Amino acid sequence: MIPLHYYLILAAMLFMIGMTGFLVRRNFLTVLMSIELMLNAVNINFVAFAHYMDSMTGRIYVFFIMTVAAAEAAIGLAILISAYRNTKTTFVDEMNSLKG
Amino acid sequence: MQFLPADMNIIMPEIIMALIAIIILLADLVIKRKKSLAFLGVIGAGVVAYTIMMDSPGAAFSGMFISDGYSKFFKLIFLVNVILVTMISVKYIIIEKINLGEYYSLMLFSTLGMMVMASAGDLITLYVGLELMALSTYVLTGFIRHNTKSNEAAIKYFLLGAFSSAFLLYGISMIYGLTGTLELKDIADYINKNGLENNKVLMLSMILFVVGFGFKIAAAPFHMWAPDAYEGAPTSITAFMSVGTKAAGFAAIGRVFMIALPAIKLEWSTILIPLAILSIAVGNIAAIAQTNIKRMLAYSAIAHAGYALLGVIAADNEGIVSMMSYLMIYTFMNIGAFAVIIMLRGEGAKGEDINDYEGLAKKHPVLAAFMLIFMFSLTGIPPTAGFIGKFYVFMSAINAGYVWPVVVAVIFSAISAYFYLRIVMYMYMKEPINNVGVQNFEPLLSTSPAIGIVLIVAAAALLGIGIFPSFLLELARAAISGF
Repeated sequence: MIPLHYYLILAAMLFMIGMTGFLVRRNFLTVLMSIELMLNAVNINFVAFAHYMDSMTGRIYVFFIMTVAAAEAAIGLAILISAYRNTKTTFVDEMNSLKG
Repeated sequence: MQFLPADMNIIMPEIIMALIAIIILLADLVIKRKKSLAFLGVIGAGVVAYTIMMDSPGAAFSGMFISDGYSKFFKLIFLVNVILVTMISVKYIIIEKINLGEYYSLMLFSTLGMMVMASAGDLITLYVGLELMALSTYVLTGFIRHNTKSNEAAIKYFLLGAFSSAFLLYGISMIYGLTGTLELKDIADYINKNGLENNKVLMLSMILFVVGFGFKIAAAPFHMWAPDAYEGAPTSITAFMSVGTKAAGFAAIGRVFMIALPAIKLEWSTILIPLAILSIAVGNIAAIAQTNIKRMLAYSAIAHAGYALLGVIAADNEGIVSMMSYLMIYTFMNIGAFAVIIMLRGEGAKGEDINDYEGLAKKHPVLAAFMLIFMFSLTGIPPTAGFIGKFYVFMSAINAGYVWPVVVAVIFSAISAYFYLRIVMYMYMKEPINNVGVQNFEPLLSTSPAIGIVLIVAAAALLGIGIFPSFLLELARAAISGF
């Protein structure tokens, strides 16, 4: 049996990769993927804990996270499309009309 | 877990809210006059407020959903918020050419999310409510699709909001691994039983909670999204989210920290102190330099999050009471101020620049008088309610032994008078000017009966609470008695 902390380290690494991607990348789509990576790291955490504690709650939580992540991606892409029609770019750093 | 009929009674307000939002969404297909949808929304929210008042307290779905005085008080804030904002929106969204029925529906869905958050007895309910609130607000922020600023505000708000909820989720997963449960009461019991007060994982998840909620309430240093999102969003939505999202975040903070994590009270209040001080400092100092009034009020919203956090830092019942009444007062003064901004947004005139307020008292004395009340209240000058709110927050923090944060907060509060009263000075002491290059610049007020009612209600509430503060405090104390 694979020890629990292997999963936790994997999840922590994925979370860190996602966070770094969010902070470093400038393309909206890549940033969105980084956020999905962070959410999936959390999912691994939940499933691993639920498995080792033989509890159901964590597994249910994963379904909620996946559903919300899908809704989030849909809304994020919709916002991007409406922005793309005006700005013709998907790069976040080129959207800088708001400053002060 | 099983579904009992009694459970349905407890979540009846939420069921009605969801139904009204769906009905408006469907009615939008057949109804051409969108004004009637706004009317339907206001009536519906009123009905929900009535059912909340009549609702008997209790816990539903084996503790996942709690209806008590605390949640009722916050739901009242959310409903006042949605009713007032719906009323100021009617004329405004026609001017902005976003007169669509989904607007009202999304606002009600967002309020539903806030209501679920305030009633959450479990971290699953909390997360679902939070995301329902946040996702609806992202869409509303970008609602002016033809406007680049609105698009950009939505993108920034969306990315940082999703980022912050990932942090919150990581914290939740850690606390689940530690205690094996997601129910707030069981988490507290487990921590007490096993003596986990000094556990490192518990500290980590607490810090992640602070990060996640800090983004939602726009507390510094997690405030970067707020000025951009508040400036770019439709003005009515700025009012909606500066009050609603913040109050919902505070409802969740109070619930999670006071019920699930009372064992590490000292630790989390120690972390929240620099957050509160930094919010007050950043908000008040950055607001001085702003020339756009929406952006100025965004920084002021950051500062007000800091003041309300002082009530949470006190970490006792009096502190929570002061935080709750502060948020109720903030609802009226902030929406009132935004209602005035919306009235100045006429056809062709933006009305967002501070210079647009020059000589307003000569042209529109009544409107200027209303703005005067709201600005005095935001500064915290008696006899307006803003003073009472700040007074009780500071009192509760001092009684809990935090004197120096209050001293700092008072100093910055004095600094804040500069930019609030600058508006008043512009309105009363300057002559109306015509903008250079604009012929016959005469901002037309976009008046409507609904917005007039909002101004009167907000001003009356502020003066009423300012002169008779005990009413609101007793309401908040009674609300928290079963906490």
